[in-house]
Amino acid sequence: MSDTDAGPDASAASDGGGGWFEAPPADATGDIDSETESDDAATAAAAAGVRGGSAAAPADWPARAVESGFADDADEYYDRLKAATTRATREAVRERERADDAQLIHAVRAMDDAERVANELAERAVEWAGSLFDDVGSGVDGAREIAAREPENGVERRAVSLAQRAAELDDERAELAETIGRIAPAVAPNLTEMAGPELAARLIALAGGLESLAKKPSGTVQVLGAEDALFAHLSGRAPSPKHGIIYTHEFVRGTRPADRGSAARALAGKLTLAARADHYAGERRAQLHDDLRERMATIRARADDGPSEGGDSGGAASDGGVDDE
Amino acid sequence: MSDPALPDGVERREVNGEERLATRGEPVYGEPTADGWRAWDPERSKLGGMLELGLETGLTGGETVLYLGAASGTTVSHVADFAGPTYAVEFAPRPARDLLDAAEPRDRLFPLLKDARKPDTYAHVVEADVDAVVQDVATRGQADVAVRNAEFLTEDGRLLLAIKARSEDVTAAPEAVFEGALDRLRDAYEILETRRLDRFHEDHLGVVATPK
Repeated sequence: MSDTDAGPDASAASDGGGGWFEAPPADATGDIDSETESDDAATAAAAAGVRGGSAAAPADWPARAVESGFADDADEYYDRLKAATTRATREAVRERERADDAQLIHAVRAMDDAERVANELAERAVEWAGSLFDDVGSGVDGAREIAAREPENGVERRAVSLAQRAAELDDERAELAETIGRIAPAVAPNLTEMAGPELAARLIALAGGLESLAKKPSGTVQVLGAEDALFAHLSGRAPSPKHGIIYTHEFVRGTRPADRGSAARALAGKLTLAARADHYAGERRAQLHDDLRERMATIRARADDGPSEGGDSGGAASDGGVDDE
Repeated sequence: MSDPALPDGVERREVNGEERLATRGEPVYGEPTADGWRAWDPERSKLGGMLELGLETGLTGGETVLYLGAASGTTVSHVADFAGPTYAVEFAPRPARDLLDAAEPRDRLFPLLKDARKPDTYAHVVEADVDAVVQDVATRGQADVAVRNAEFLTEDGRLLLAIKARSEDVTAAPEAVFEGALDRLRDAYEILETRRLDRFHEDHLGVVATPK
């Protein structure tokens, strides 16, 4: 999937294509020609240029740098490039590694709380406003409409204000979702690619951290979030749950009910491997994702073969030990 | 020059009683050394494997190199030992931390935490007309990455590419994967030489190409 397109959209936002030494971003300290400025500040600005900049095409940067007076000669240019790239990479590595699973857990729990409370407040505000105004909608959208109203007396002011709080809380939820979308790929690149940022964050939160998720057997990952059903099963009152939170994944939900157990088992197996790759190696493993896609195609092909179970052809070579009975 | 295919700065030296490829520089990953020369293990490095197998890499020593998929810096440290300015692109933060250590004592090795699939995120740093692009990325669309980065190469420059069949498609026969990748490469390159690297790296194809 990653190879489909990363083309022109990749950094269209950034500048029009100067060299790293030419256009330090606005947040970096300004004029790098200033004689009085310390080397360190200049390197910091240059590092920011390396990290944030972009160009549509390469150019003869060493020559341009000498021409523009950034460096006296190519040697000096390369010395400064060395300092800037080293600093930029060190900063970027530290930043990406600091985005840890604890932050992700806080963010996903906060997002759930914000969503729940926003809905509760919105419902209250809408109910109240319904007694004061005509044409009141429902839910958070209804609250947003009320929030835009001009109150005419003290009571209305309170109802409108309450609706505003609900709307703001819903905005906060959206911000949190965006934050999760940003840090989840840094914390767990494979898990996030496989499950999406939100489900990845929920799995990590349910397990209590990326490390504990990586150490869980895949059968446990399969039913994470279905603890009630699992304990009902263990005390002999119910059949075993087929899936927990991973039900939200398209591979499970989009598979016909008869095959969902297989799909959940296969997905959980690969999610477990993805979590282990993320925790112990931290590198992207393209193979995992290919294996899962292939396995899912096999499971879903059963629906085409007719209603009978056990249509597994056995032709799929590698399914990482996630076998069918 | 005992071996015309080897660039200046790469020699076969006696290390630990064995004749091995070696470059001169600070050791990086605990490789054996002798008289300041570090053994270059062809089993840990695709480019090392290509040199060991005698592919015509066109490398002569001292050139400007863009290295895609530098990982922990195992291979790129050897490259920087014999080449000139060397840009090392790696996307994953954890290996990039080791890459920083490998780059530390090499003042013309520039580490970059960037995505090789998005050349415009480093085109403002990497100069135009580099003499060689060395690529060892284990992601789908390896040929695509090479095509996107063709813009950095000088007219008669060299692409030195190791294609890993299993990164593209686990189920297909490696030969079919390689054929598909070479087809895509021909959009931007003329293929000069290919050789299976199986002696050192299973299901890998070494490719030498030049921009069209």
